[in-house]
Amino acid sequence: MTRALLIDDEPLARMVVQEYLLDFPQVEVLQECGDGFEGLKAIQQHKPDLVFLDVQMPKINGFEMLELVDDAPAIIFTTAFDEYAIKAFEAHAVDYLLKPFSKERFAKAIEKYLGQASATNTAPKQTENLLETASHSPQQHERIVVKTGTKVKIIPVADVQYLQADDDYVSVFTHEGSFLKNKTMSFFEQTLDPRHFVRVHRSYILSVQEITRIDPYEKDSHLAILKSGAKIPVSKTGYAKLKQVLGI
Amino acid sequence: MRGAFAACGLAWAGLQSYIIHGFDIDWLTGITDGLISTMLLAAACWLINNNLRYYQPGKGSYINILIWCVALAAACTAGSRYILLPFLNSIPGYTTVMGQSLVIRFFTNFLAIGWMAMISMIWYTQQDQKENEKRKTEAERLAREAELYNLRQQLQPHFLFNSLNSINALIGFKPEQARKMIHQLSDFLRGTLRKDDQQQVTLNEELQHLNLYLDIEKVRFGHRLKTEISCDDSCGSCVMPAMLLQPLVENAIKFGLYDTTEEVVVSIRAELDGNYLELIVQNPFDPKTSRPRQGTGFGLSAVQRRLYLLFARNDLMETHANDNIFTTIIKIPQL
Repeated sequence: MTRALLIDDEPLARMVVQEYLLDFPQVEVLQECGDGFEGLKAIQQHKPDLVFLDVQMPKINGFEMLELVDDAPAIIFTTAFDEYAIKAFEAHAVDYLLKPFSKERFAKAIEKYLGQASATNTAPKQTENLLETASHSPQQHERIVVKTGTKVKIIPVADVQYLQADDDYVSVFTHEGSFLKNKTMSFFEQTLDPRHFVRVHRSYILSVQEITRIDPYEKDSHLAILKSGAKIPVSKTGYAKLKQVLGI
Repeated sequence: MRGAFAACGLAWAGLQSYIIHGFDIDWLTGITDGLISTMLLAAACWLINNNLRYYQPGKGSYINILIWCVALAAACTAGSRYILLPFLNSIPGYTTVMGQSLVIRFFTNFLAIGWMAMISMIWYTQQDQKENEKRKTEAERLAREAELYNLRQQLQPHFLFNSLNSINALIGFKPEQARKMIHQLSDFLRGTLRKDDQQQVTLNEELQHLNLYLDIEKVRFGHRLKTEISCDDSCGSCVMPAMLLQPLVENAIKFGLYDTTEEVVVSIRAELDGNYLELIVQNPFDPKTSRPRQGTGFGLSAVQRRLYLLFARNDLMETHANDNIFTTIIKIPQL
């Protein structure tokens, strides 16, 4: 028995999947969700094997929701968007269905999943690969979605003061405090606007708008003082990058 | 331009000096008279030219210009009489020449100023026309782009495919409704294709087209989307550029639906304010998470650009974000 979730903000779109699933009694839909928050909660509660996921949804989109899930289940995307580098995805995701899709196409996706699930349990691995690919898409992020306890927090990029490497995580510092995000520094270096965010140190990325002063510090290194009063170490190469962005 | 004006002035002064000399007045006096009078005339010409640069008289007010010309000619003549005579009255025969030439001076001045006024008028009218022409061609070009944009961006990924997906769902269990939605979608698409962006339509026609769009969106989003349209009879017959309201509403729906998880009410209100048709579109949003820089998306800036190209004004669209309501207002001048 495959336990599945259905996450899509359009009721009729969920209905299509439900109808197509009538041919697959071995797949049981535990719950239907209308947005990413609900979806996140349902995934944590039910720990499903398979999720049908739309991309564009209220508040947080499908990708942002997946970033917050610890053990990602197997994902079949259902979306009208082909902008998300379909080619790359199709190699990794269980499947990527472009709306409107036919019954035959849907059946193929399910069979693909069932085939994978019976072989070895590789599906979660593949979703991770998929997310990795998504991270490398050139699209720049305008906000960062983090989880604080059971709540989801959406941080507009304009609110970010600096980021600090923290073992396997990255701490995102804003005027409201800091938030942990399970991503790498190079992920943020690639997805944040390079005109506003500079990796000034192996463990720090800062927003140039927040800088009030840059003081020399020890040999070859500097210290950036932010509006918030925080002092951020700037390495030699970091200082060179910073000078380039600031035009000095 | 200035050079030509100065050369004309010099020639004029020379001619006048020569004529005065012809009445048995010595050269120095003649040249003084010529220079002073011409300077006054030049000042008058400059004045009327400057006036006409900023004020183009309508058809009925040419008489005003005539009055201006007469007054300026009189002022010039009087000026030269009262400036020159006190200094030169010792020159034998000058007082008589001045007295006898006053009438002829007045008329030559009047002719010169009138000629200047005419030239200025024609020049500035032509400039305005050129400017208008340029604006019009750009408006036409942009209209074509907007139409293409409509088809490419608005209808393709978001709207068209999702609508088709909804139809796909309805076919299974509500075939009648699926059929209805196909008709709505076709009517909407046809309306979008047929409409020329330059074309003026009444608000009622625009709202009719908008309703097709809203009906489809409501089927897609079910109970989450509600709309309120208020438009009284006097507004309904107002004219506006075609397909100006739809992008605003589309923006409001997207903004509202994707920024909140609750039910969304998009309200569209039309009001008549003096000579303007005011269209007010409101949608809820979440001030905590919406991205401030994205406040005016591509849809809104395209509308603003079109308003500028059509009416040569930048103040016809405004947006406000109060609490959790985002408001877009556009004003359409009624001629």
